[in-house]
Amino acid sequence: MTSTVVVQGQPTSTRVPPPARAARRPVNWRVTIILIIGGLYCVLPALWILIAATKTNAQLFSTPPYVPSSLKSFGSNMSGIFSWNGHIFFRWWLNSLIYAAGGGILSTIIAGMAGYALGKYEFPGSRVIFRIIVAAVLLPQILLAVPQYLLLAKFGMTNSYESVILPQLVSPFAIYLCKIYAEAGVPDEIMEAVRIDGGSEYRIFWSVGSRLMLPALVTVLLLQFIAIWNNFLLPFVMLNNSSLYPLTLGLYGMIQPTGGQPNEYSLVIAGVFLAIVPLAILFLSLQRFWRIDLLSGGIKS
Amino acid sequence: MAVAGRRKHSSKLPVLFVAPALLLLALFTFAPAIYAFYLSLMKSHVSGGLLGTSTEQVFAGASNYANTFSDPQFWSSLERMLLVAVIGIPVTVFLATLFALCLDANGARLTTVSRLALFLPYAVPGVIASLLWGFLYLPATSPIGGGVIDYFGNRTIFFTVANVAVWGVIGFNTVVLYTALRALPPDICRAAEVDGASELQIALRIKLPQIAPAISMISLFSLINALQLFNEPTALKPLTNAITSTWVPLMRVYSDSFVNNDIYGGAASAFTLLVMTVAVTVAGGAAATRLTRRQSS
Repeated sequence: MTSTVVVQGQPTSTRVPPPARAARRPVNWRVTIILIIGGLYCVLPALWILIAATKTNAQLFSTPPYVPSSLKSFGSNMSGIFSWNGHIFFRWWLNSLIYAAGGGILSTIIAGMAGYALGKYEFPGSRVIFRIIVAAVLLPQILLAVPQYLLLAKFGMTNSYESVILPQLVSPFAIYLCKIYAEAGVPDEIMEAVRIDGGSEYRIFWSVGSRLMLPALVTVLLLQFIAIWNNFLLPFVMLNNSSLYPLTLGLYGMIQPTGGQPNEYSLVIAGVFLAIVPLAILFLSLQRFWRIDLLSGGIKS
Repeated sequence: MAVAGRRKHSSKLPVLFVAPALLLLALFTFAPAIYAFYLSLMKSHVSGGLLGTSTEQVFAGASNYANTFSDPQFWSSLERMLLVAVIGIPVTVFLATLFALCLDANGARLTTVSRLALFLPYAVPGVIASLLWGFLYLPATSPIGGGVIDYFGNRTIFFTVANVAVWGVIGFNTVVLYTALRALPPDICRAAEVDGASELQIALRIKLPQIAPAISMISLFSLINALQLFNEPTALKPLTNAITSTWVPLMRVYSDSFVNNDIYGGAASAFTLLVMTVAVTVAGGAAATRLTRRQSS
């Protein structure tokens, strides 16, 4: 997988493709064991949540923590979390998807367009605009969540889907990545050829620019999707209607002690399990499309 | 890329393409930052008496900042944040470098499986990861000795929070460094191998210096992330008394603005934090650039 990623071509520099590791070398046990330990550290907590999800609330506190209890309790936990509070869990899941997919796709289009324009054209103010965008990379979005709320509250726009999506539509870092990629990955010669054939600038973008930028756009889309999916503070300040909550906020709310009632830990555990599994599968299977070298290559230029 | 290749065109396309990004940036990044600064200079003033009171916004000068800076709670929240950073960042950078070098080492096996395993936590939101680890730490449900070790003690809490943060970012950083390693020209390593250098020597003397720029980049990103610590302590808070509602600065911004309804004080704290983050980023970025230059010269 990695060899294909690297061989596809470095956008920022020309490098020799890595050697084909034809001859299998003898096993290096030391590094293999380190890797196994690292992998276990990352996976075991997620596996344990699967074990914990097979327990009822009572079993959670009475049975040994690493022994699964029963498939029956697992089933009842799953149906329990789904039917909890009028099937709101499904709604949260859907909301997370709306925020992450909607915001991710729109912000990728916006970043791709801006990056292409800044990378391939020179126009009055283009340098200043690029400086402004680089400066904006320095302003962490998380720290702006509370001011964003205060500003949107002035216009009565909080507590809505827009209030969570709009502030996340523009990512200066994504624009920066797209600009760097467009500069190196979309050759002027091809653009010029289309121009000579009488193609308009828009056609150049559709038929050449957007296609050649596809690897960068997919990477930006995945990065943005994850960033929005994982965002907690922004929905936390913007929303107070639980039917608009994303998963993170919904599950956080479930763990809050409510008026002396014992927490339904088994339901929260089932919810955590259901929040992790689909996304983990999605992203592990999409990993081959990531061009993370864009990130490590970005600073070299 | 050659600037000469970028021709001037009469087309409106570039302007139209940049416009949405600029507009959104102005509305949702710069305007909130400016508005926060404006609010931080204001206070609410209660006026009127017998005929009922009304509150209005009046200029307060630097008094909100004076309140923030003179509040010992602000400094201790900053201290706690830095303590988590001091524990978490070196561990993250060290482990990510170690795992990346191991993945790249000759004779390493199970590399695909372990790379996927390391990457898994990246798909788990910080809040969900904190709930997950919360159950692992909680004495009643802990499979890792939570009954014996007090993971929510006055000292251990910093390691507890740092661990959740490290777990979440380690895989992503490993993959960034591993990609940097894969992009290195293989000739030098092969030459060193022919000369009889051991795998460890190659890793430390040849590979490590060459990925120094990528390492300094992930260190800088980790530092910036650490200054924004919020999700992990907030999500662990319901499980323990060791985390207060102003445990780290960003939690204080939140509780000032929404729990105490002091948006002016909250804005002052938020803007202070913003300035500090920008300062650290600029200083860190300059240091990283200098390091990179020294490496390449």
